[in-house]
Amino acid sequence: MIDRIPQVAAALVVPVAALLGYIVVAEWLLGRLPAGARPRIRPWIWIGPALAFVGFFLIAPAIQTIFLSLKDATSTNFIGLDNFVAVLTDSNVHLAIRNNLFWWIAFFTSFVLIDGLVIAVLADRVRYESLAKSLIFLPQAISFVAAGTIWKFIYSYQPPGVEQTGTLNALLVLFGGEPRPWIQDAPLNNLLLIIVGVWAWAGFATVILSASLKGVPVELLEAARLDGASEPMVFREIIFPLLLPTITVVATTLVIFALKAFDVVYVMTNGNFDTEVLANRMYKEMFTVRNYGRASAVAVLLLTGIVPVLIFNLRRFREQEAIR
Amino acid sequence: MRLSRQLGSLPVHVTIIAVVLIWTIPTIATIVNSFRPPALVGSTGWWTAFVPPFVFTLENYEKVLTTNNMGTSFLNSLTIVIPATFIPIAVAAFAAYAFAWMSFPLRNTLFLLLVGLIVVPLQVTLVPVLQAYQSLGLTGTFVAVWLAHTGYGLPFAIYLLRNFFGALPKDLFEAAAIDGAGTLTTFFRLVLPLSVPALASITIFQFLWVWNDLLVALIFLGGNAAVAPLTVTVSNLVNSLGQDWQRLTAAAFISTALPLVVFLTLQRYFVRGILAGSVKG
Repeated sequence: MIDRIPQVAAALVVPVAALLGYIVVAEWLLGRLPAGARPRIRPWIWIGPALAFVGFFLIAPAIQTIFLSLKDATSTNFIGLDNFVAVLTDSNVHLAIRNNLFWWIAFFTSFVLIDGLVIAVLADRVRYESLAKSLIFLPQAISFVAAGTIWKFIYSYQPPGVEQTGTLNALLVLFGGEPRPWIQDAPLNNLLLIIVGVWAWAGFATVILSASLKGVPVELLEAARLDGASEPMVFREIIFPLLLPTITVVATTLVIFALKAFDVVYVMTNGNFDTEVLANRMYKEMFTVRNYGRASAVAVLLLTGIVPVLIFNLRRFREQEAIR
Repeated sequence: MRLSRQLGSLPVHVTIIAVVLIWTIPTIATIVNSFRPPALVGSTGWWTAFVPPFVFTLENYEKVLTTNNMGTSFLNSLTIVIPATFIPIAVAAFAAYAFAWMSFPLRNTLFLLLVGLIVVPLQVTLVPVLQAYQSLGLTGTFVAVWLAHTGYGLPFAIYLLRNFFGALPKDLFEAAAIDGAGTLTTFFRLVLPLSVPALASITIFQFLWVWNDLLVALIFLGGNAAVAPLTVTVSNLVNSLGQDWQRLTAAAFISTALPLVVFLTLQRYFVRGILAGSVKG
């Protein structure tokens, strides 16, 4: 343990020194130049490192992936659309597409939104609001690896007759049911994996929706109630429409997560028992099959799925900037 | 009137308390189990720990720390998370400063590009970056993960910081310029100190992403156990522990302890960050 201290210290000091050194030296060099040239060069000094990182780790690789998806397993020869044909006729990929689109995007997104909305609206009416929200928010700090482990114990199964150690099966037996091997129970097991995701993300939705809810004018709600509107009506006619823009924003974030879902599946089932998802499929193509061409083709499929969200986000950003 | 109002809110209380219980029980169950003897974890439910005889032990922690590489992994996670949090935030702060307060050609286009990149799934970049790392001999090194996390974290960090920097009052910069403050002085003595809340938000975000990341570590560190962070080690233990699977409870808790502390102490900055830029996936 002790021998690791220098390494951790170096990890702390070297990047700080390097980045501070860079900006100070670059500004000093800039000071040697004629005053007229400085304002033209200065911005590039400040955004240079960021552009280099983003170019190397995001832009160039994203373009390269599109090329690699047209090449063979070792990225040597162009083979046209063969990878896409192979991927799109693979029953595992069909399963992954179904799970991503149907289970993850539809169920995960709607569950988190409903959950977040219910908690935000109801917690607004109790005195222990912040405590309740904090507890629901807490799983945001927990990795999906830990979350998957935690939930494995909730879903765990013993044969009937033996004492159930999993919370879910124990409750089921308590109420006179038969224990079930939940994790292997396709296609319902997809829902159980999604619940882990919902558990982790509900707090995120709650926090945003709750903040947005506080922005709804109280007078508006009071006036509606005085006019005899019932609570469900107040929610349907006033709160929901006013929250809709926020709900859309949260939904886009959730859809992106649903498309990229990886950790939960990797840890809990590794895609077995019909729970495969695209990101896990891609990992397998990369490291188990070692076919970079097909892995890239799966990545391109993922990217295609993201494009609508990307366009939506850019539009929203432009609108925001216009208001600024 | 009062009574009926109280009764009317009863379903509200019941629903909230039920949801809170569902949300906390999994974590409590794991923590309780992690302090129970392995034989009991395997044969009885965690709730039986609350009836006599109360049998608790540190055995799971002891075993998992000494025989399953968890101590080393904790240090590895720490070695990864510090630079992988600092570098992107420093680089992002430089860039955000330029985007907010300097004018240059293509400024808006470049910024729009960054906003678009926020949602690009990093899976799209994995194969080419891995190939580049392989030819540079960087796979399996901490540097590989530091740099990758920097690249992936930058778009959101720049977005968040630029919005905050840009909202600082213009008069301050003019006054600083009149007093003869140069770019460096303005940045270090004015912009950074005034932006502590935004810097705190993005630090917590980046810290949690990196600490909880599995994919980037899995891909760029390969199977190298000597450099594996907690997430990779724990996910391996899920499959490799076999008979000793009870230790997983302790492993899961160890991997979560530090982020939980950070999260609980700095939660309000985290919330602010979420509200300031809820577009990151």
